[in-house]
Amino acid sequence: MNLIDLTLTQALAGVRSGKFKSVDLVSSALENIAKYNKIYNVFLTVEDEKELLSQAKIADESDKSLPLVGMPIALKDLFSTKNLRTTAGANVLKKYRPVYDATVVRKLKQAGAIIVGKLNQDAWAHGSTGENSDFGPTANAYNLSHVAGGSSSGSATAVALGMSLAATATDTGGSIRAPGAFSNLVGFKPTYGRVSRYGIIAMASSLDSIGHLTKSVADSALILSVTAGTDPYDATTGTAEVPNYQDLLKRTDLKGVKVGVSPEYIAIGAKATHGMDPKLEEKVEEALNKIRSLGAEIVEVSLPYTKAALEAYYIICPSEVSSNLARYDGIRFGQGRDQFGAEAKRRMMIGAYSLSSGYYDAYYKTAQKIRSLVSQDFAKAFKEVDVVFAPVTPMMPPKIGENINDPMALYLVDIFTVPVNLAGVPALSLPAGFVDGLPVGIQLIGPHWSEQKLFEIANVYEQATEWFKTKPKIANKT
Amino acid sequence: MSETKFTPIIGLEVHIELATESKMFCGCPADHFGMTPNSHTCPVCLGLPGALPVPNKKAIEWSIMLGLALGCTIAEHSKFDRKNYFYPDLPKGYQISQYDEPLCVNGKIVVNGKEIRIRRVHLEEDTGKLQHTEIDGKKATLVDFNRSGVPLVEVVTEPDFRTIEDVDAYLKKLQQIVRYLAISLADMEKGSMRLEPSISIALGDGEVTDHNLPGYRVELKNINSFRFARHALEYEISRQTEALTRGEVPQQETRGWNEAKGISVLQRSKEDAQDYRYFPEPDIPPMHFPFEEVEKLKKRLPELPDVKILRFINDYQLPEYDASILCETRDLADYFEQAVQVGSQHSLTPKAIANWLINKKIEIITILPAELIKSVVESRMTTKVSSEEIENIITEVIKLNPKAVADFKNGNANVLGFLLGQVAKIKRGVDSAVVKKYLLDKLG
Repeated sequence: MNLIDLTLTQALAGVRSGKFKSVDLVSSALENIAKYNKIYNVFLTVEDEKELLSQAKIADESDKSLPLVGMPIALKDLFSTKNLRTTAGANVLKKYRPVYDATVVRKLKQAGAIIVGKLNQDAWAHGSTGENSDFGPTANAYNLSHVAGGSSSGSATAVALGMSLAATATDTGGSIRAPGAFSNLVGFKPTYGRVSRYGIIAMASSLDSIGHLTKSVADSALILSVTAGTDPYDATTGTAEVPNYQDLLKRTDLKGVKVGVSPEYIAIGAKATHGMDPKLEEKVEEALNKIRSLGAEIVEVSLPYTKAALEAYYIICPSEVSSNLARYDGIRFGQGRDQFGAEAKRRMMIGAYSLSSGYYDAYYKTAQKIRSLVSQDFAKAFKEVDVVFAPVTPMMPPKIGENINDPMALYLVDIFTVPVNLAGVPALSLPAGFVDGLPVGIQLIGPHWSEQKLFEIANVYEQATEWFKTKPKIANKT
Repeated sequence: MSETKFTPIIGLEVHIELATESKMFCGCPADHFGMTPNSHTCPVCLGLPGALPVPNKKAIEWSIMLGLALGCTIAEHSKFDRKNYFYPDLPKGYQISQYDEPLCVNGKIVVNGKEIRIRRVHLEEDTGKLQHTEIDGKKATLVDFNRSGVPLVEVVTEPDFRTIEDVDAYLKKLQQIVRYLAISLADMEKGSMRLEPSISIALGDGEVTDHNLPGYRVELKNINSFRFARHALEYEISRQTEALTRGEVPQQETRGWNEAKGISVLQRSKEDAQDYRYFPEPDIPPMHFPFEEVEKLKKRLPELPDVKILRFINDYQLPEYDASILCETRDLADYFEQAVQVGSQHSLTPKAIANWLINKKIEIITILPAELIKSVVESRMTTKVSSEEIENIITEVIKLNPKAVADFKNGNANVLGFLLGQVAKIKRGVDSAVVKKYLLDKLG
């Protein structure tokens, strides 16, 4: 038995039926970590092996009704874990041990999950390829010389290589969906406020969404049932009820579903990046046809203001970053401000500038107005359609180092994902095939609080295509 | 040539720590005075990575109630903002405050017959405290975060003060209102009420209005008591007046008051003025206060000092002086009213009770109003005694004290008191004026 071949749902069923034990799952995770971690640079901290096995043993001996009983799960290193080092992928926090668990971590533990360790990421989640990590880039599970996608780079490769059954992640401008698309995984970004941000190191507070990467839609739904809900420690969480999302995936076709497509949305991305990768575009088109063939009605929708979304995003996001990073003032946490990497400094400078008196109206305030217009675009579109279909990125996973000196090129990776964060709506990336052995993803975007519907629609496409069954060819270089 | 007229122009920013049980954005106890350092802290008020602020509803309600008490308009929509600046006592690198949408605007306080306009009342969080000390012989600065995140309400006036007396009266009145609302002890010595005046001097005759204010102002910090406030203002007014007399224009700057030396010293000049890069706090959703909600809070307001004083004057026929003293605190005013109620059953007038309370400095905490009335009544009780009985008693007293009687007849008037006392010993409660009359008659 190898974790790489199991979805979370299958593993859970196996443990519940007695087919295998949590100890087997954890051992497999640890084996894969031992084999691949050095090569792919996935984990920044792995929990003590004895501790993990003892937790698994306890799970095996206890009640199996807990929603994630005995399931090895890993966390992006933004999630505060009590007494377990939490670095945000940044040197500034390389020795920081939180005194408390993030709400999501607490919920996962209470649900029976076993926290394997903490995953590599772009420092402070600033990036779309994982290359901004102060601890080196994470390699793509499907091709060692390509990026895993970011900022949740470790989360993607950990799940793809069976080092954990699922991984938590955060999505501020596409940081879950891009690595999902690059790594043949389901990358889920909930409605802003659906999942508590408490204890998760902030990037841009008004945009940060707390989600996860999994092999399947059902897995994604299962995790959300555990993590979602109102949190008295996060004033921005919503009060909508949390169903058992995974139990509601009954739909077998897409009859009666209206899927919106916005040619201008896609054109904007293509234009900004001097043309979308044609092979990628072909795959995306193929996926849309598949959705149509499953019974969905494809409807053209207009999203005119998305053309300004990326510009607005790269003002709002750095503005909040400049404020959120101010607490790392060199007095506490053990490291000086000289430890900040280039991208963090870049965002602090852009943000401080956008907020400074005399420039505030021209930059921050204008960006907020654009944000409202982008939100209205989506609201209008969702009067016509159930979900909007879009590519995830305009390009295939780049080679490691390919764009490292071109921050603009890295910002453009987010062009199809950023509008979703500005609007605060939920979205997911789904595996949609391969180009030259590298994964391709598609994106489904829903209205606020439409997680259930998104999962249902995504699940039909997934079951009809089963791309998740294509496993990476693992590099064995040690 | 006529002498130049110098008019001090003063505006005030007053910070008041709210006495809520928990802090502004977390569940830690807000009480920090004299506590073990860093014993009232959590991830939120320590600004640990990932921690989020959740606003204290009571602190918001209390701030609105203060705004209502000051006659302010309550904002229908309000929000918190981040004020970004670096200081070691500010763990997040920003203070959660309110910038362009304060909870309350446009109020007033009348002092010495003058209206002082209140520009705004807003809510923010307090900072931690630095302790400069020595550890193992080395100078060190320690941070105590117990105060970090304590709710702080800021009341800002327009530059409407022209005299220190008005400033003094305003501060006392604001403190009185805050104490009436029971939202803070507003104790300047303990730092739960802090004052930052802005001072400038206008030259020339004619009234100074919003349109012809001087082109500079000096902000004063580090004022820890009403007394310091007077000293600091006096010093600053003369410092600026002297500069103007020399033909200089004082600089726009922030100065710190040094009470020990009796001077203010430059802290920050205009050039070093900080850009706080305010922006809406994304961790806290904007607030909405519908009319009905504000009305509900209005109903929770106690009777405020000005109204109470008027009522005391009208209902109890008290002079304004008495009414003002009795209304100094809510406790004293309540005590008086309870005493009046009990007293009415004993034909005691409110004025008589007021006199007792004001002149005899009654310990209202230890003596119940009913007990007070009892002792007032007893002291005034005149036993009805027949004139025959009085005469008999006096005859007996004269018989028993021949020496005293002889002394009196020899011109020692002091003995009269002794004889009166002897009468009172035999019969308590007899009106002393009556006894005195009879006694003088008997003694010839």
